[in-house]
Amino acid sequence: MRIQLNGQERATEPGTTLARLLAELGLDKVRVAVERNFEIVPRASYASTALAEGDRLEVVTFVGGG
Amino acid sequence: MPETLKIGKHEFTSRLIVGTGKYETFPLMAQALEASGAQVVTVAVRRVNLTDRSKESLLDYIDRKRYTILPNTAGCYTAEDAVRAARLAREVGLSDLIKLEVLGDEKTLLPDPVETLKATETLVKEGFTVLTYTSDDPVMAKKLENAGATSVMPAGAPIGSGQGILNRSNILIILETLKVPVIVDAGVGTASDVTIAMELGCDGVLLNTGIAGAKDPVKMAGAMKLAVEAGRLAYLAGRIPKKLYAKASSPTEGVIAVKRGG
Repeated sequence: MRIQLNGQERATEPGTTLARLLAELGLDKVRVAVERNFEIVPRASYASTALAEGDRLEVVTFVGGG
Repeated sequence: MPETLKIGKHEFTSRLIVGTGKYETFPLMAQALEASGAQVVTVAVRRVNLTDRSKESLLDYIDRKRYTILPNTAGCYTAEDAVRAARLAREVGLSDLIKLEVLGDEKTLLPDPVETLKATETLVKEGFTVLTYTSDDPVMAKKLENAGATSVMPAGAPIGSGQGILNRSNILIILETLKVPVIVDAGVGTASDVTIAMELGCDGVLLNTGIAGAKDPVKMAGAMKLAVEAGRLAYLAGRIPKKLYAKASSPTEGVIAVKRGG
């Protein structure tokens, strides 16, 4: 299935959880936050959140700024 | 008891807040942060880099025990996007603090007052401790306070411009009108600009480029630390009024010289 990740299209296995996607991306989950279809996904729910076709994900972190 | 800067439930002995952007390297940033004596540092919220995972993380260089992280909504041009960024920031940093910044124009980076007010109202309702970046307009500053901003942060001058405090009168009116802490945010170029803001009675100064863009950021960070302290002390001490004519410091009685014209 296809999802939108940070504005880019990406293919993932059907039924992939958010926790698995972050692991595949090599991201440390305590340093990121995820918005799925404009709603925040709490960190505690990553493992129970199964992604669906067409999901729009934003995965962000802190960078230098003023 | 040391004098402190209170922002909601948070309390700090340093009145300088520094940004973490534009440094050539993270180690240099870490040194500058240390030299600044700041206890609060700002960060931005951005999409993770999915193509290059080798890059070091900013968070490796910020000791969370030592620094309170103040995420910003920089780069947002609508209340909606700023609120989204704030919610994401809260999830990354697990803190209610947010520096709200809703810009109106890419060239001037001046804030959009209408969107800024809307976003402040929404974030306050959602339980954020909102530090709102605004222009130096006293009317707008008061509206933001009324909307529940924990701190109002007028720009001294446009972001990154280094022009200093362009309208002292407006800053003074804001200080007179508001009860919440007023922190000058943006436009500060050098130590004297910071001192002026603090002498006017501001509760703090937030800056980034003034340090990060200096030839020697660590030295400038030290200068900014002293500038905040000097300005605050001078404010508390109470300056003398400005007068048009001279007033001698030494006694006028008992002078040995013959008085001219007498």
